[in-house]
Amino acid sequence: MSSTERTGLVLSGVTLRLGDGDDTVTALDGVDLMVRPGELVAVVGPSGSGKSSLLAIAGALTTPDEGTVTIDGRDVTAMSDRARAAYRRDHIGFVFQSGNLLPALTALDQLRLVTNLSKKRIDSRDPAQLLADVGMAHRADRRPHQLSGGERQRVGIARALVGHPSLLLVDEPTAALDRARSHEVVQLLAQETKQSAVASVMVTHDQDVLEHCDRVVEMIDGRLSTG
Amino acid sequence: MFLALRELRFARWRFTLMGSVVALIAVLMVLLSGLSSGLVNDGVSGLQRLPVTAFAFDGGTKLDSAFSRSVVDNQQVARWRQQPGVREAAPFGNMLVNARSDRGVPVDLALFGVEPNSFLAPSAGEGTGLGAPDGIVVSRTALDAGLRVGDTVTVDRIGTPLKIVGATADQHTFGHVDVAYLPLAAWQRLHAGVGPGQELPAKAAEQATAVAIRADDTADLAAGDAAAGTTTLAKRESYGASPGYSAETSTLMLIQVFLYAISALVVGAFFTVWTISRKHELAVLRAMGAAKPYLLRDGLAQALVVLVASIAAGVAVGVALGGLMGGSGVPFALEAPAVTLASLLLVLLGLLGACAAIVRVASIDPLAALGGQR
Repeated sequence: MSSTERTGLVLSGVTLRLGDGDDTVTALDGVDLMVRPGELVAVVGPSGSGKSSLLAIAGALTTPDEGTVTIDGRDVTAMSDRARAAYRRDHIGFVFQSGNLLPALTALDQLRLVTNLSKKRIDSRDPAQLLADVGMAHRADRRPHQLSGGERQRVGIARALVGHPSLLLVDEPTAALDRARSHEVVQLLAQETKQSAVASVMVTHDQDVLEHCDRVVEMIDGRLSTG
Repeated sequence: MFLALRELRFARWRFTLMGSVVALIAVLMVLLSGLSSGLVNDGVSGLQRLPVTAFAFDGGTKLDSAFSRSVVDNQQVARWRQQPGVREAAPFGNMLVNARSDRGVPVDLALFGVEPNSFLAPSAGEGTGLGAPDGIVVSRTALDAGLRVGDTVTVDRIGTPLKIVGATADQHTFGHVDVAYLPLAAWQRLHAGVGPGQELPAKAAEQATAVAIRADDTADLAAGDAAAGTTTLAKRESYGASPGYSAETSTLMLIQVFLYAISALVVGAFFTVWTISRKHELAVLRAMGAAKPYLLRDGLAQALVVLVASIAAGVAVGVALGGLMGGSGVPFALEAPAVTLASLLLVLLGLLGACAAIVRVASIDPLAALGGQR
């Protein structure tokens, strides 16, 4: 493993078409976006504007029809399915809506699972310490159904950070939370983004929490405009 | 195994429920295995214990019940004796009779008529061997049925008295009936229906049911058949010629095959539902970068743990129940190789069923992890 320099996320000219034949929809239309390490960028926009597609492309879940995605200088669009899965595992952290934690695992095990996914990982963070960092040490042995929405998101954020990711992708983190919890969760994201020097992209509907972000971009009909 | 074991603990009731079904199937499997071994013992242990390699029946006899139909004569026995590679050949007489002991116990006996000085003569575990013209050696199991060494049994209708001079050390039964060895001459009289004081036709004194053969592996049985005008069945094949054997074993075999199929389907169905219910979680795992082999290994390890645990429990219960069955008169014999084979087959087929369900993991799209939880 070469110790690449952290340069963050660069999308250039990314175009994604969904469907085939005459029913093709252009989900992303020549999107350029750069996120530096330690920067939290919010992506806002109406439903169906392509926010989720942007996450899927940036997160190496799928590949664009045109354009390139580079993370710390590595072009992830050129990788095979398997290599992308391994890249996600080792370099990308996901925070999903309402946490998407695994029901069978305790909070601590959610984090330990990440280290278990890759035997070769060398620089993962200590799960117990990280759980304490997000203020969840006292709930370490609880399973998701025993946690509140805000607590689940905290565990979700900690889980995304275990592997020292280069890129943190956050999908509607406050969708299931009240105002106070929403602020706490996004504050935590902003704080961890700085501390871990990770490039973070957060897709959200929630105008309220944008004050914690370094930059806000708006997505309309598959195009990005600087907000 | 990290996830597999934690899921087992988390969803323990669901897995216990499925495991109980598999365990019950394993119990049934053990009982059926014991029953089929028991029936085989009951049906043909008399033949199994004879020191023969093959039986030659009269040519053209229908082979599915050859023991009750075939008749061979001394000439055919003599021809077989001359065959190269045949170490011993002797006349063997077989018939089923009803009889009554002098203490009023009614018994069914499978008469094995053998020459007392031939290689077929039984060794007695109790009393003495064959020798007296009317002396018989009965299976040990006949003693359980109420006979004693020293008793006299009288064959129904013909009225011939036979004296029990000895009993074998093991179970010797044929077609679920206790075997009684008797001198061939006495057998010939009974077979011809000739009672005490009557004269035996000369022809009947030449006859037996089959030629019992002990031959080397190199012996040419086809040539012997051609020379003697017989049809030879190897000892194992001859089991099928004993009463009811094929029907019983094939019925039990059919039940067992169905049980194997049911168990594979139950396990397959459970893991199909289980995998589908975890679709969203699996998508999250794939999005987190879990490799397909990691997820497949995890799923199969989980299935293996459940199968081994439930089948081990089922076999233990089955063996315990089988122990209770001993001495109840039900033909039941647990044999370690048969039980082991059945358990391994259950695990293997269960794993196959689970496999068919778990391969779905590979086709789950990590994109499904984005968006709301369903």
